[in-house]
Amino acid sequence: MHAESQIREPLILGNKTYSQITDDIIKPVEGKTGKAWYVLFTIATLTFIWGLGCLAYTIGVGIGVWGSNNGVDWAWDITNFVWWIGIGHAGTLISAVLLLFRQKWRLGINRSAEAMTIFAVMCAAIFVLFHTGRVWLDYMLFPLPNQFGSLWPNFNSPLLWDVFAVSTYFTISLVFWYIGLIPDFATIRDRAISPFMKKFYSLLSFGWGGSARHWSRFEEVSLVLAGLSTPLVFSVHSIVSFDFATSILPGWHTTIFPPYFVSGAVFSGFAMVLTLMLIVRRIYNLQAYITVKHVEYMNIVIIVTGSIVGVAYLTELFMSWYSGVEFEQYAFLNRATGPYAWAYWCMMTCNVVSPQLFWFKKIRTSLVATFILSIVVNIGMWFERFVIIVPTLCRTFLPSTWNMYHPTFVDIGIFTGTIGMFFFFFLLFSRYFPVIAQSELKTILKISGEKQKKDAEAHSHSHAPAH
Amino acid sequence: MAGVITKKVIHGVYDDEVPLLDACRKLKAAGIKVKEVFSPFPIHGIDPIIGVPRTRLAICAFLYGLTGCGLATLMMWYMMVSDWPTDIGGKPSWMYIYNVPAFIPITFESTVFCAGHGMALTYLLRCMLVPGARAKNPDPRTTNDKFLILLELPEEKTGEAEKVLRAAGAIEVNQKGTVTEKLPY
Repeated sequence: MHAESQIREPLILGNKTYSQITDDIIKPVEGKTGKAWYVLFTIATLTFIWGLGCLAYTIGVGIGVWGSNNGVDWAWDITNFVWWIGIGHAGTLISAVLLLFRQKWRLGINRSAEAMTIFAVMCAAIFVLFHTGRVWLDYMLFPLPNQFGSLWPNFNSPLLWDVFAVSTYFTISLVFWYIGLIPDFATIRDRAISPFMKKFYSLLSFGWGGSARHWSRFEEVSLVLAGLSTPLVFSVHSIVSFDFATSILPGWHTTIFPPYFVSGAVFSGFAMVLTLMLIVRRIYNLQAYITVKHVEYMNIVIIVTGSIVGVAYLTELFMSWYSGVEFEQYAFLNRATGPYAWAYWCMMTCNVVSPQLFWFKKIRTSLVATFILSIVVNIGMWFERFVIIVPTLCRTFLPSTWNMYHPTFVDIGIFTGTIGMFFFFFLLFSRYFPVIAQSELKTILKISGEKQKKDAEAHSHSHAPAH
Repeated sequence: MAGVITKKVIHGVYDDEVPLLDACRKLKAAGIKVKEVFSPFPIHGIDPIIGVPRTRLAICAFLYGLTGCGLATLMMWYMMVSDWPTDIGGKPSWMYIYNVPAFIPITFESTVFCAGHGMALTYLLRCMLVPGARAKNPDPRTTNDKFLILLELPEEKTGEAEKVLRAAGAIEVNQKGTVTEKLPY
């Protein structure tokens, strides 16, 4: 069997057995839900409904009800799209990249992180689908045979690459997530007492039995899907950044965008995973499985990606000065000192300064500090996208087109609506689906369980050669 | 009945994977074939012992990926070069090779799309995992914390097999009726 160094901290705390892991993780699905869940769910549902109302209003009246205008024609919608897609990236990074690197700590958090990916991409999709103006014509984004000539979409355009990248990303993430869920659904099915639950989870579990042949295929599929998802996740945010980088606008036309966007995406995604996990472990009493060590590992990823983002900001500033192009220099001067300077400095504080606090072990292992900073990081990352998009478009080449952008209540309503939708789905997921991949988690019990590690240590000492 | 053989079904239940692996090795040494093993999580290293061949799903994924790559290339060549060639931003698409850099991202996405979905579907169908399928584990405890060896043996071998199962530390050994199998001739 695979052995692990005693120096590594245990990933499963307490004296757990296989059946206790099942009990602890399946209990929220079987038992009664606490008050906290109902309160959060009501708030999320109401916000979601408000967002749906704003979308209905947009369809009825047209996107003139948004704050976008002739100069700033891309604003709130694309900011939110990039923000949500970025958040989604952490889920794939945790389940795919960490699988390839054989990082065992992913097993406590991968299921929820993948769910987060799926819901975040759904939120992102709302913005791209509605920003076209006539949402009922969105099928024209796809290269379908048609009566217009034939009129094909332009395959040279990064916007079309986005259509393919995001839809591939969404469906592959969904399949990856579901294939992992099947064995856990089978566990719920085999424990279920009420006939309805038995029926429901039988249907979801696809008749899984856990035979050796099936497990061997399961592991192969997980590994290959992880191998496919890893370049996929990098390609998706690179392509999102191409939406900007392939244009000729000063401030957008930079080659640093793809790596900078990808690390920013992982940065914000990990912050969102932390926000969610700190709530989930509290509501469902999963402190033994999502430990302080898990939080610390995630905070370390935040330091690394946050620092990459910080270096990218400074590189951008340096390159704009070094390029000697006036327009390029002005774009960055305008960001830092122009009408939206407050947003720029908010971004700088939240994204460059705040993650550096995690260098202190006290802060990195404090749950309260982590919770607050994880929200701060996501606010900062939202402002990053806003700063890239709005100040750039409100001061382009021709001063007569200069214009300010103000979001309307519809813009704000749709955005808060997607946050409501995200939590609506996430809360439903955490109530009816196992939030931790319990069958996979059981594989590390003997290696990383607290009691098992102690036993192993005692065992090795008693067998130590006498000198 | 002629041409039909009756076998006894035996379940050996364990509460850990280590004794189960031990039992599998001993059964193999005794020349008894393990029909199937059911466990709550993947047991590493069991496949060669009980004779599970390496899965060919990854090869399928590769072939699906090639298909996706080819389909995307064909689609973009047809739409952008053959059917309606245009000169977009000084990047004319009179020939596929002129414009191939712009086609790379979608070729890649399509490769991943077909490889991923093709493999997932093949996996589900190969394991007969479909909505509404009956649970395949003979004992519901195997999705929680029990490990089960399933044997199908002719009557005369059952005594020996049960002894091996118990010696390796089985917590239960149950006879579960009989199955009939058609002889190959």
